[in-house]
Amino acid sequence: MATVNIAGKDIEVDEEGYLINLGDWNEDVAAYLAQEEKVEMTENHWEVVNFLREYYSEYQIAPAIRVLTKAIAKKLGADKGNNKYLYELFPYGPAKQACKIAGLPKPTGCI
Amino acid sequence: MLHIVNKSPSERNAFDSCLRLATKGSAVLLIEDAVYAATKGTAAAAQLQAAMADLKVYVLAPDMEARGMAGRVLEGVNLVDYGGFVDLAAEHNTCQSWL
Amino acid sequence: MDEASEGVVKKFMFLNRKAPYGTIYALESLEVVLISAAFDQDVSLAFVDDGVYQIVKGQHTKGIDQKNFSPTYRALEGYDIEKLYVEKEGLEARGLTEDDLLVDVTVLSAAEMANLMAEQDVVISF
Repeated sequence: MATVNIAGKDIEVDEEGYLINLGDWNEDVAAYLAQEEKVEMTENHWEVVNFLREYYSEYQIAPAIRVLTKAIAKKLGADKGNNKYLYELFPYGPAKQACKIAGLPKPTGCI
Repeated sequence: MLHIVNKSPSERNAFDSCLRLATKGSAVLLIEDAVYAATKGTAAAAQLQAAMADLKVYVLAPDMEARGMAGRVLEGVNLVDYGGFVDLAAEHNTCQSWL
Repeated sequence: MDEASEGVVKKFMFLNRKAPYGTIYALESLEVVLISAAFDQDVSLAFVDDGVYQIVKGQHTKGIDQKNFSPTYRALEGYDIEKLYVEKEGLEARGLTEDDLLVDVTVLSAAEMANLMAEQDVVISF
């Protein structure tokens, strides 16, 4: 386990950079994690990150990518609920990058 | 004596053995999956109800709440928190855990 | 995976018989179920004996410092796992009714559950 200092606060992350404590998350932390992933956050990125946080708070898991795209399509429309759109925002995988930036654990079943 | 049971009455016989072998005046504390024994509408609750004539029965409230059973607690059962658990252990000279 | 076995859909049943929190079985089962969803199989979940306690409403685990994983059962629908079965006898023995459960289930008699189990290609027991 490692610790990173974000805006003067020590925050625990695992060996892959995922937050240990969900409660540590805030927008500064998200911005730091995004920077680590080399993702430049736009409104569209925040929309997905916030969607993931809402999903987690309702179901207590990070969704599999297939489930995420389907749920996003349902809520935000088919033009956003597809792999192409999500991979454009998060090139190294929405599950890996967006979940990390959202402060969630790695999705179950994610390789 | 304080008897502690932590196994579901519908999965293991620890609860039955405890009731069979606890002497009059003893205290029984139900924790973890044993808290289901003190929920209304179960066979174990009927046994417990009968046993309460001779035994003082306590249940660990956080374990009841975790399992969604807080609203189904059998009347006459005493709810305790972790502090109450410690007090019970301290009040009794001996403690039997029915593993 | 060889070509012949590709695309074969088998009937999988996850048989849950343990209460949550006291042991790790319920959580482990749920994790395996979520992973199994990726393989597009015909998955059923059965809740029998103390397993029915896994899907009881109103679980609050703050006091025992464990994760409350009961909301995750409600995510199963999004994973296309929609066949949830509860044994009637198990429910009744615990003073519970369908209204006490946090997901939509089909309540089966023990005899019906037995037949459903017998139809499966694979039964994975927790």
